[in-house]
Amino acid sequence: MSGYASLVNTPVGKRVATRLGLPRPARLRRYAVGEPLVDGPVLVGGHGAAPLLGEVRRVLTAAGSGVLDTLPAGEGLGAVVADLGAVEDPADLDSLRGLVGPALRSLRPSGRVVVLGRLPEAARAPAQAAARRALEGVTRSLGKELRQGATANLLLVADGAEDAIASPLRFLLSGRSAYVDGQVVTVTAAPGGPPPEPADWSLPLDGKVAVVTGAARGIGSAVARTLARDGATVVGVDIPASGDALARVANDVGGTALQLDVTAADAGKRIVAHAVSRHGGVDVVVHNAGITRDRLLANTDEERWRSVLDVNLMSILRMNEALLAEDGVRDGGHLVLLSSMAGIAGNRGQTSYAASKAGVIGLVRSLAADEDLRRRRVTTNAVAPGFIETEMTARMPFATREVGRLLNSLSQGGLPVDVAETIAWLAHDASAGVNGNVVRVCGQSLLGA
Amino acid sequence: MAAATPGPRRAAVIGGNRIPFARQNGAYAAASNQDMLTAALEGLVARHGLAGERLGEVVAGAVLKHSRDFNLTREAVLGSSLSAHTPAYDVQQACATGLEATILVANKIALGQVDCGAAGGVDSASDAPIAVSEGLRRTLLRLNAAKTPAQRLRALAGLRPGHVVPQAPRNVEPRTGLSMGEHMAQTALRWGVTRQSQDELAAASHRNLAAAYDRGFFDDLLTPYLGLARDENLRPDSTVENLATLRTVFGAGEGATMTAGNSTPLTDGASVVLLGSDEWAQEHGLPVLAHLVDAETAAVDYVTGDEGLLMAPAHAVPRLLARTGMTLQDFDLVEIHEAFAATVLATLAAWEDPEFCRDRLGLDAPLGALDRSRLNVNGSSLAAGHPFAATGGRIVASLAKALSEKGPGARGLISVCAAGGQGVVAILEAK
Ligand SMILES: NC(=O)c1ccc[n+]([C@@H]2O[C@H](COP(=O)([O-])OP(=O)(O)OC[C@H]3O[C@@H](n4cnc5c(N)ncnc54)[C@H](O)[C@@H]3O)[C@@H](O)[C@H]2O)c1
Repeated sequence: MSGYASLVNTPVGKRVATRLGLPRPARLRRYAVGEPLVDGPVLVGGHGAAPLLGEVRRVLTAAGSGVLDTLPAGEGLGAVVADLGAVEDPADLDSLRGLVGPALRSLRPSGRVVVLGRLPEAARAPAQAAARRALEGVTRSLGKELRQGATANLLLVADGAEDAIASPLRFLLSGRSAYVDGQVVTVTAAPGGPPPEPADWSLPLDGKVAVVTGAARGIGSAVARTLARDGATVVGVDIPASGDALARVANDVGGTALQLDVTAADAGKRIVAHAVSRHGGVDVVVHNAGITRDRLLANTDEERWRSVLDVNLMSILRMNEALLAEDGVRDGGHLVLLSSMAGIAGNRGQTSYAASKAGVIGLVRSLAADEDLRRRRVTTNAVAPGFIETEMTARMPFATREVGRLLNSLSQGGLPVDVAETIAWLAHDASAGVNGNVVRVCGQSLLGA
Repeated sequence: MAAATPGPRRAAVIGGNRIPFARQNGAYAAASNQDMLTAALEGLVARHGLAGERLGEVVAGAVLKHSRDFNLTREAVLGSSLSAHTPAYDVQQACATGLEATILVANKIALGQVDCGAAGGVDSASDAPIAVSEGLRRTLLRLNAAKTPAQRLRALAGLRPGHVVPQAPRNVEPRTGLSMGEHMAQTALRWGVTRQSQDELAAASHRNLAAAYDRGFFDDLLTPYLGLARDENLRPDSTVENLATLRTVFGAGEGATMTAGNSTPLTDGASVVLLGSDEWAQEHGLPVLAHLVDAETAAVDYVTGDEGLLMAPAHAVPRLLARTGMTLQDFDLVEIHEAFAATVLATLAAWEDPEFCRDRLGLDAPLGALDRSRLNVNGSSLAAGHPFAATGGRIVASLAKALSEKGPGARGLISVCAAGGQGVVAILEAK
């Protein structure tokens, strides 16, 4: 834990922090191979016919979690899963209050609240649309109410996508989503039918080949390590000048290092050629390489503007021409792009960066809707990190950095591994129902909420 | 029934890796040979996805070597991500160490004794071993052998003030007492190699190396180390004009032509090459850049003054050409190690000289002129620097890549001179 967080967790620091009403960041439960999905039994319930609850029970049981229908006395809860898929009217929301409200006191540290709902845009009546959209307000507020590392997230399930919720549900319950809070994840029918479940949930990328750009350090190196842990063979890409750090990552994960500037005109071709010749193909691409050249717009010259857009956005467009060509990413593959909180909320001094990261969102939406890619069952999603402890954020001025760390529901900065876990999850075949999403890994940052 | 042994096959050059070369007491001043060789290996492992892999063998060496580094290469392997079951041994043939190591591994591959291996070398002119004087060494040995206090005192009494002056390694031929530069100056004079032509060669070396960096040629041949991403000695803006202003450092008087600009500086660095059979490469999804076709080593009698110290390659190449039925003009690319600009120029002059080719090489006709546009096209030691044992690996990997860029069948010749009047040469051919 960093400066502030470790200070307020000392006995004296704790007392001072409590007296001043300062937030006390909890140690978050993070995923480790072999650990239970949730820390404790899961209370399930919902409204009316609760159409998704059957699948929820199946998923929880398969994962070895205890499932409870009523709040136990004196026992801690690992999570509450509420199925509000059947709400017709805002009055129905009282079912949510009645189920979740009383359970919160029993929720263990790093507990989970997962609310399931249906897409507001698909509602048949205004009242139903209102009720469905209301779930977002409840969940986001709940994220802010919860303490001790507990999170609340909303899973919106499109009609016909009931069989695609296993992977997202597991993710939101597990330690993989430690720094994902107050978010809405939308599941639609996976292109090409129900997504396959892995033979082994601890090796969901077994046999897959993943390319990670910017893999030498920071988030990229965590992504490389996480994908490898999940079973993938990793090709790490980074600029030649970062080759020594890249070599360490590649050797640690038993992958290969490709020293390459992603802005090179033939970068995509070279990546495909490397992955195909060395590893037989590509299944997953994580476009992570990124830079900042922060200046107020008034002081931004053409070179700064150009380089940020080129590395963070235009290089992705160029590489995708080769990566998404017929001999590129294999059918059923997954693309994950790095957006940013700044791309959603904007940030003073980051016009160029925010342009590139908002552009990534536009790109992801368009690729997710692309008919050809859907036919090939290729999904595209973005991850938008909030404040993550890396060299990029270590360069921030002290005050800005401390504020960045604290201005979120979990009162701490995230770790590169938190972003990496989310990316890995989006790269799993079982997550194929999640397509065109922008998942924020920001501890429910107050910025751009 | 006789045991089945595989017949000879050509060893493939699959790839290479080196760390940028640093000037003496520059970026790698605090790095040891083992550190640098390990770093070069780690880059090779990462580039080719060999973590945890057992290679047939790793062969490398250093010219300036501490006695504690008796198992330098094996120690580097143990410190790398290669399987600990990868055997290794050290070789040393002065500046030809890296090329000789490559030939050794390639030969085992050719014979089917191993399927793959790495070869290379490392040298640090900064972290060089320093020896104690012979007198002090004998005194210390006697002290160590002494059993009684009296014997110990007697041993120490033998100590003289002059004994404690340490001896740094010198670039001197033990049998002539002349430095390599002085030897080269004699040869340059003998062949009438001009200052102008040497400076032109040096400027071309810098220009070619810089251009190779700029077009990304080294992106898959090099891994940065200790903050260095390019060779520290490289001066992209080097010109014949500014080289002409340097004072001479070898030779004397009118005839002196050799400067710090057209001689290689003392350098630190390491390089390794990955070799294997075609089948091994294919099984691992790795490319075959070129094959090692053949190699030859020559030695000359420089002690009596019969031949120049660094002229052995001039003898080795025609022997290799005769054996393979090739001519000097058959090569698309030629790499002649630039120990000094004059080394390259004297060698080329010798091959063009009918008398030398007849009397010394026993040839009916001279080897003839070399198209200079095929020579050291991506720069050589004058620009990159020359960490003695690391030069062979640098040349093999970059020539193999350059040949594979030219296309199937492209041929390249390598010539490396070495202390002791030796020269190692080899032929590569693109797959
Ligand atoms: N750290 C955060 O808080 C944060 C927040 C939001 C978004 N992000 C995004 O996450 C990604 C990774 O960020 P990080 O914090 O790990 O940054 P970092 O600076 O620590 O690492 C970025 C890596 O990308 C590489 N890279 C840069 N330009 C490249 C190029 N042209 N070709 C190949 N590689 C290149 C760098 O060498 C470096 O290894 C970026 O896209 C960034 O915008 C980070």
